[in-house]
Parts: sequence; C-alpha cells; structure tokens
Amino acid sequence: MTRFDSVLRLGDDALVAAQRMAHWCACAPQLEEDVALANIALDLLGQARALLTYAGGIEGAGRDEDRLAYQRDEREFTNALLVELPDADFAVAVVKLLFFATYQNLLYQRLATGADTTLAGIAGKAVKETKYHVEHATRWTLRLGDGTVESRRRAQAAVDGLWPFTHELFEPDPLAPVDPAGLREPWAALVRPVLTRATLVVPDDDWRPTGGRVGLHTEGFGYLLGEMQSVHRAHPGARW
Amino acid sequence: MEHTDLAAQRPPGSELLAEQVDAAERDLLAAARPQRRAVGQASFDALIDGEHKVEPTDWMPEGYRAGLIRQIAQHAHSEVVGMQPERNWITRAPSLRRKAILLAKVQDEAGHGLYLYSAAETLGVSREWMLDALHEGRQRYLSFINYPTLTWADVGALAWLTDGAAVVNQVTLCRSSYGPYARAMVRVCREESFHHRQGFDALRVLAAGTPAQRAMAQDAVDRWWYPALAMFGPPHNRSTHSDRSMAWKIKRFSNDELRQRFVDICVPQAEVLGVRLPDPALRWNAERGHHDFTEPDWDELRRVVAGHGPCNRQRMDHRRRVHEDGAWVREAATAYAAKHHGGPQHSTAHQGAPAARQGLPA
Ligand SMILES: [Fe+2]
Ligand SMILES: [Fe+2]
Repeated sequence: MTRFDSVLRLGDDALVAAQRMAHWCACAPQLEEDVALANIALDLLGQARALLTYAGGIEGAGRDEDRLAYQRDEREFTNALLVELPDADFAVAVVKLLFFATYQNLLYQRLATGADTTLAGIAGKAVKETKYHVEHATRWTLRLGDGTVESRRRAQAAVDGLWPFTHELFEPDPLAPVDPAGLREPWAALVRPVLTRATLVVPDDDWRPTGGRVGLHTEGFGYLLGEMQSVHRAHPGARW
Repeated sequence: MEHTDLAAQRPPGSELLAEQVDAAERDLLAAARPQRRAVGQASFDALIDGEHKVEPTDWMPEGYRAGLIRQIAQHAHSEVVGMQPERNWITRAPSLRRKAILLAKVQDEAGHGLYLYSAAETLGVSREWMLDALHEGRQRYLSFINYPTLTWADVGALAWLTDGAAVVNQVTLCRSSYGPYARAMVRVCREESFHHRQGFDALRVLAAGTPAQRAMAQDAVDRWWYPALAMFGPPHNRSTHSDRSMAWKIKRFSNDELRQRFVDICVPQAEVLGVRLPDPALRWNAERGHHDFTEPDWDELRRVVAGHGPCNRQRMDHRRRVHEDGAWVREAATAYAAKHHGGPQHSTAHQGAPAARQGLPA
C-alpha cells in the first residue's frame, strides 16, 4: 500500500460516485433535485480531479487526471463497491449518499488536519462539500423513511441492499494517511440515529461484500467504465 | 456557472451581447416606478407606452396575461426538455474537465427552468399546471430539442449555435414589458453567454484537433445550423403570435430581424473556429449591410413542431417517465411535511447557488 495507492482510492471513490450521481441530471423527481444532485456530482467530480491529479504527481510516471480516469481497466480501479452500485431508484441514490458522504466527511475532516499538506488542502474544501451532501441525504432519508408507505418500503429496501457494502469502506489500512478502520464507530454513531428517526431498520451484518480496493468489482462496473471511457479511448492522443 | 478554466479566446461579437444585457439591466432599474398599480386598460396602456414594467399586481388584459404565460412556460419547458440532448453526453465526456463544464451547464439549464417557472407563477399558474400542459402536449418547447446529439462534437455545436441563438433572442427579452420575465431574463442571459462560450471553446479544440475530431466538428455544425436558425420561429408573415406580442412589448424584434442578427454574428465566429457553415448561398451583401443566407426549410420546422421530428416522442416519453417515476418521491415529501410541519410545504431541497457551488478548478 503506497501513498499513491491510498490517494488513488480516494480519487476513484469520488470519480465513480460522481459518474453515478451525474446520471440523475434531467432524471430527478423534481427540478430542484436536478440542480441539487448535479451540484453534488460536481463537487465529487472536483474532488476526483484534484485527487487523481495529486496521485499522478506522487506516482511521477506522467499520468494526469485523464490518463488515470480514462486509461485504466476495471481491475485497476480501487474504488469501494458501494459507489459503483447502480441507483435502482431515488431511494438508493439518497441512502447511498447518506452512507458514502458521511464516510467521506469523517475521512476528509481527519485528512484536513493531517501531515500531508496537499491532501489537507483538498480535504479542507471537501469537508464543507460533504457536510452539505450529508445534510441533503439526511433530509431526504427522513422524508422517504417517514413519508408514505411506498417511500418507506423503498427506503428500507435501499438500506437493506446497501448496508452490507458499507463494511468495505472501513477495512483496516494501517499505512493509509487515515486508517478507515477507526471511522466505523463514529460513522455508525452518525448514520444509525438518522435511520432510526426515519423509522428505518438496520439489517444484520451477515454479508460483507468486498473486493473493490483490489480491483475486484461488480459486473455492472465494466459498463460504467465502458460508457465513461468510450469517446476518450476512441481517439488516442487527442486533446479535448 | 463558473468558467475560469476556459481558454482566453472569446467568440467574436460576444462582448456586444453582454453589454446589451448590462444596459437592459440598468434600464430595468431606471424603470422602477412609484408603487401605483395599473387598475384598468388606460393605466396599463400608459405603463406600456411609458416603457415602464408591468408587475404581477397590475391590471393587465387577458390576452397579455395568456400570451405571457404561453411564452414563459414554453421558455421554461425548453430549458428543462433541452437538458436531455446534452445530458446524453455527460457520462461520456472525453475529459474530466469537459465533464465538469457540461454538467455545470446542464445544471444551469435546470436553474433557468426554475427561474422561469417562478416568473410564470406570478401570473397565477402553478408549475404543476404547466408541467401537465407540457406532458399533455398543450404547451410546447423549442423545436431544435427534437434533434439528436449523435457525437461528442454535438455538445459543442449545440451550445455554440443554439445557446448562441438563445442569447440573441433573450437579450431582447431582457427588455420585455413584464417585469418578472425581464428580470429572469437578465439572470438567464448572463449564464447563457457562458454556455455559448463553452460550446465555442469545445468546438474550437475539436476543429483544431485530429482529422477525426475535425470531421466530427464539421458534421455537427452541418446538422445543427438549420435547427438553430429555425429557433427564431417562422418568418414574420407566418408567425401567429408576433404582432400582438410586439405591440405589448413582450417581444421587441421580429423573428426575421433576430435571425439576421444571429447569422451576422455566426459568420465571423465560424471563421475563427475554422468550420464551414452549410449554406452555399451565404455571403456578405454590402448593400444591405448583412449576410444573405438560405432560410431554414419551413416545412421541416412545421413537421417537427407537429411532433414528427426525430426525437419528439423520445423527449416527451423521457419527461413523462421521469415525472411519473418521481411521483412517489414528491408524495413522500408532502406526507413528511404534513406530519412534521403541520401542513404540506414545497419540498425545496437545497438548490445551491448554481454559480457559487460548482467547484470547477481555476
Ligand atoms: Fe438556459
Ligand atoms: Fe443554455
């Protein structure tokens, strides 16, 4: 686990989350959400660009943000599985954002005061952004969980489907600038009360899917990359 | 929308339009008047004749109100349905920088939809009513949106030409006699000129790129030129609403005048870009002081407006599906608000300040 690897993970998480979130643009339940979700996607994309650029610099092999985003294959991406899961409906998007943004916010808070000043700079900006993402996801989790019978059913299904994937976020990595293992407790302390207030139930921890950090992804991920990289790869060496 | 990372090359002629928006805004402020409501036809006419702005509480003729609702709603729908052809390329944008710019642009269009629906709401119709009218085909959106975006270059050509045409049209609407519409237009125009500029910039890079990129750029310009020209609507003698709109100063120039202005602006820009405008008859006419050009195929426009363009059905199916798919979410927000705040309230989630929160790196 090199410094390049750990920054790359952060960048891949943000990039893939941005790519999924961007799908909601012009597909949201109301116009205000088109604006809000596009905003969140833009924040995530901005984080991804800064992190991938920094990772490329650490590596020193001349790979910039686009080389890293567009010219790696599935097996070379190290994002957590959670962020690559497709958004079957708005409830999945909201609950996923609640889980992921809370994790990111805790992580960025610690990185912002860490020894790596470049990373601290990137994280400092991202702390504010992810704080807003958490607030947005919280508001919607409450509305959906405590809204109608139908919205509660969908929100619960989203929690049931996504919760198992949260474990991977906190797998120990003692060499990383911040070991994610230490974030599980504070994360649960933030997320559980939101779910409870939303009348949602946390499922059993019986399944803990993993693999993203070593490039073992879900089957759907190849399609996400294929779509994202298609134009870039069709024109090798072109400028955009 | 923040575009600090766009190249310094501005499309020639764009400063002029920006100045016109500034001037319209100054005049809007100057047109502010003592609080006296128009109470009947005579005082309404006096407002129009005096170049004052009509405000929501003023008396206005039914035709004026209905015409404005029709025009503003159509404009709002165009912003919203117009997101579709561009969103088509967000996930495939060939660089992360272009992805961020495109995403921010499409987000701006959603914001424009919000401003415009709000402006129309001041005339006593709800957004729900307007959306129903759109979904049931009783209100329209601009016809160019019914053409497909087939390559990445379409993103550049679409923004350069159709946002460019929108700016030419909307700059004049900043002087519309209806205050809320004029003010919304000032805001919209400022952002549209950035949209236009990012399209120009994306296309400029392609037109100076590899042979495949250059071909892609030219092909896109070939396909979008006429849909953009048709955006100004049919010639004056064919337009159904023109005369009244002009008398009431909702609209200030004829479709033909605006189209000519647009062609004159595009010609030097195409030269800078290094793309050919697909009209062999296009040439400078020194006598008229304008370019001569071939008009769009009005029969084609009529077919597209009647619903027979390549994407009409797709666009409306998408809109209706998104609206239906979102119904349970809106219902949940209403139910939650009723439980927790003692009554339904609009579930306006944080809207962000589009310009401030985009995080595009400098
Ligand atoms: Fe717009
Ligand atoms: Fe625009």
